[in-house]
Amino acid sequence: MSAVVAEHDDHHDHHDHGPAKGLLRWIITTNHKDIGTLYLLFALAMFFVGGAMAMVIRAELFEPGMQFVNPQFFNSMTTMHALVMVFGAVMPAFVGLANWMIPMMIGAPDMALPRMNNMSFWMLVAGVLLLASTLFMEGGAPASGWTLYPPLVLQTGKALPFAIFSVHLLGISSIMGAINIIATIFNMRAPGMTLMKMPMFVWTWLITAFLLIAIMPVFAGAVTMLLTDRFFDTSFFDAAGGGDPVLYQHIFWFFGHPEVYVMILPTFGVASTIIPVFARKPLFGYSSMVYATAAIAFLSFIVWAHHMFTVGMPIAGELYFMYATMLIAIPTGVKVFNWTATMWKGSMTFETPMLFSIAFVVLFTMGGFTGLMMSVAPVDFQYHDTYFIVAHFHYTLVPASVFILMAAGYFWLPKWTGHMYDERIGRLHFWLSVISVNVLFFPQHFLGLAGMPRRIPDYAVQFADWNMISSIGGFIFGVSQLLFLYIVIDTIKGGTGEKVTAEVWEEAAKHSLEWTLPSPPPYHSFTTPPTVIPTEHI
Amino acid sequence: MSTSDAYYIPHKATWPVIGTAGLVTMLAGFANYLNGSSIGPTLMVLGLVVFIVMLAGWFTLQSGESESGMYSTQVGVSYRMGMMWFIFSEIMFFAVFFGTLWYTRNLSVPWLGGEGTGAATKELLWPSFEAVWPTNGPGKVGGEFEAMGAWGVPFLNTLILLSSGVTCTWAHHGLLAKNRDQLIKGLAATVGLGLLFVCFQAFEYHEAYTEMGLTLGSGIYGSTFFMLTGFHGFHVCVGAIILSVVLFRSWKGHFKPENHFAFEAAAWYWHFVDVVWLGLFVFVYVI
Repeated sequence: MSAVVAEHDDHHDHHDHGPAKGLLRWIITTNHKDIGTLYLLFALAMFFVGGAMAMVIRAELFEPGMQFVNPQFFNSMTTMHALVMVFGAVMPAFVGLANWMIPMMIGAPDMALPRMNNMSFWMLVAGVLLLASTLFMEGGAPASGWTLYPPLVLQTGKALPFAIFSVHLLGISSIMGAINIIATIFNMRAPGMTLMKMPMFVWTWLITAFLLIAIMPVFAGAVTMLLTDRFFDTSFFDAAGGGDPVLYQHIFWFFGHPEVYVMILPTFGVASTIIPVFARKPLFGYSSMVYATAAIAFLSFIVWAHHMFTVGMPIAGELYFMYATMLIAIPTGVKVFNWTATMWKGSMTFETPMLFSIAFVVLFTMGGFTGLMMSVAPVDFQYHDTYFIVAHFHYTLVPASVFILMAAGYFWLPKWTGHMYDERIGRLHFWLSVISVNVLFFPQHFLGLAGMPRRIPDYAVQFADWNMISSIGGFIFGVSQLLFLYIVIDTIKGGTGEKVTAEVWEEAAKHSLEWTLPSPPPYHSFTTPPTVIPTEHI
Repeated sequence: MSTSDAYYIPHKATWPVIGTAGLVTMLAGFANYLNGSSIGPTLMVLGLVVFIVMLAGWFTLQSGESESGMYSTQVGVSYRMGMMWFIFSEIMFFAVFFGTLWYTRNLSVPWLGGEGTGAATKELLWPSFEAVWPTNGPGKVGGEFEAMGAWGVPFLNTLILLSSGVTCTWAHHGLLAKNRDQLIKGLAATVGLGLLFVCFQAFEYHEAYTEMGLTLGSGIYGSTFFMLTGFHGFHVCVGAIILSVVLFRSWKGHFKPENHFAFEAAAWYWHFVDVVWLGLFVFVYVI
C-alpha cells in the first residue's frame, strides 16, 4: 500500500472568505476578532451579573441586622459573585483581549488553532450556564465561598455536581484558550518579531497561558475529589478515613494563587502597553519587565499556603511560606518602578485610558502593600478572614484588573470600531469610578482591622458607619459602570462621528503593530507579514 | 514568507459548538443522575452520542484536509504544540492525585497517628489508631481490606505496557521507512496490548471488590488506589481509541514519512500513559 498522493491546489479557495451571514456568523466563527468580540461582550455581560450580586451584598450590609436576604442566600451571593467575576468576567475579558490583540501585535493572520478557539468560547458559555443554573436549584447555589472548602461545600444541595461540572468545563475552556495562545505566540510571529521584541501584552499573556495549563487541571482534580467524596464514598478530605480537609486547601491554593496572577499579569501587560503611548516615551526597562513577569509567575507556584496561615501548619511551613511570599514584592516593585520611570519627564497627556492606567499604578500599589502586610504570618492571624483581606484583594482586582480592562476598552475601541468614543463621558466615568471605588473599599481596611469577619450577612453595630459608607461607594461605583456600557454601545454605533486614523493615538504605531493596520482592521489581520517591527516599546 | 499562503485558516466550524453541546448535556445528565433524577441517564447517553458523533466528524474532516495537502509545515507545528501542551496539562492532572497520595501517606496519616504536633489529636480523638500504610483511617471506613500486591497482575501489566511502547516505536520506524506492513502490524500489536492491559486491570478490580474487600470506599488507601489506577485506566482506553483511529487511517493508506502528525500525537499520548503507569507501579503498588 502506498500513501494517497494529494494534489489539490484548490486550498487557496479557503482564504479571503468573509464572515458567514447573520447570527450563524457568531456561532461557527473561527476568526480571532469575532471570537475576541464574543469573549469581551460575554465578559461585559457577566461583569454586570456579578456586579448585581455585589449590589445585593452591599445592600444587605448597608445596616446591621437582616434586611433583604436570608443568610444562606447571602452566602450564595458572595460565592457566586466571586465565581462569576473571576471565571465569567475578568478571565474571559483578558482572553478576549488576547484574541483580538495578539495576532495583530505579532503580525499574524489569525490565531494558530482557530477551531479550538471557537470551542473554548462555547465551553466557557456552557460552564457559566451550568453555574448560573445552580441559583434556581433546591438547596440554593453553592454558599461555601469560591474556595469550595470541604466539609462545608459537601453540604450543598442539588447544586453541587452542577457547580463541579461547571468548573470542569471552565477549566477545559481555559486550557484550550491557553494552548492556543502559546501556539500562536511561538509559531505565528512575523519574521523579525523575536521574543524580546514582542509587546509586553504578548509577553504577559504567554506567561499567563503557562500558568493556566499548569493550574486548571489541578483545580479540576480537586473538585473531582469533592465529587467522589460526596457521591462515591471516597475519603480524600475526611479524617475518619485517613484523609484530610486541609489537603483540599493545599490543592485549591496551589491552583488559587497562580489563578489570581492569571488575572493580574495580563493587567500588567496592558498597563505597560498604554503608559508609554501617553507618556510618549519607550517603556522603561523592557527586559526587566519580562524577567519580573516570569519571576512573579514562578513565585506564584511556591507561596500558596500563605492563604492558610491559621490552619495549623508546622512552624517551618509558616516561616517558609511567609518569606517566599515576601519575595514577590521584589519583581512587583520592579514593575511599579518601571511604570513610574516611564512617565518620568514624559510628554504626558491624560486621555481616559491613561487616567485609568495611572489610577491602576497608584491603587494596585496599595493593594500590593496590604498583601505584603498579610504575608507576615504572625500578624495575618489578626487579618485572616476579615474585611481586611476583602479590601486587599478587591484593591488588586477592581482598581487594578477591572480598571485596566476599562483602560483597554477606551484604548482599543477606536481601533476595533473605527469610531472615537466620547472623551467627556469617558473622563466622567473615570472620576466617578476612581472616587467611588475608594469610598467602597478603603473603609473595609478599617472594618477588617477592627475585627469584622467576611462572609457574614449581619454584624455588630460598631461596624455600622464604615459599612454604610462602603455600601454608598458600592452603589455609586455600580451605577457609574452603566456609563461604560453606554460608551461601548455608543462607540460601536458611531461614537462622536469623528473618523479615527489607523494610528488613533499620536505616534502609537511606533510602539506596536496593531496601529499600522486600518481602523477598523481587515477581517484577517496580516495577510502578508509586516516587514518593519516597531521597537519603541523596548 | 507569506503567512496567508502558508497558513490554513478554516472559516466555518460547526463541530466545536456541537461537541460543546454534547459535553454539557452529558455532564448535566450526570449531575441529574447523581441527584437521583430519572432524566439523568437519558441525558448522559444523548450527550455522549452527540459527543462521539462530533469526534468522528471532526477527525474525519481534519484527516481529509490533511490528506488533501492543506496543512503546511507551520500548521503542523501548531498542532504539535497543541498536543504537547495538552499532554502537559494531563501531567498536571495526574500530579494532583500523586500529590494527594504523597501528602496523605507522608503527612496527614502520620499526624493522625500522633506525629509532629498531632499528639493531642491522637490522644483525644483516636488513641488506638496506628499510622501504618495501607490504612482506611481511624474510622476503619469501608471495613477490613487487603492491599493490592505489586508482583502479580500489576507487574504483568507493567511488562505489557512497556512492550506496547516498543511496538509503537517499531510501528513508527515502519512508517518512516515506508514499510506499511510494519506500521500496521506494530499499531495493531500496540492496540492489542493496550486492550490486554485494560482486561487485566478489570480482572484486578473484580478481585479487589469480590475477594479482598478493597473498594473505592476503603478509606484513603482505597480512594487513592482506585482514583489513580482508574483515571490511568481511562487514559489507556482513550489512548487505545486514538491508536485505533490511527491504525484505521494507516490501513486506508494515510500518513507519509514527512507528514504524520496524528500518528505522532497518538504515540506521544501512549508514551505519556506509559510513563504515568511506571509512576503508579512504583508509588501505588511497590512502595
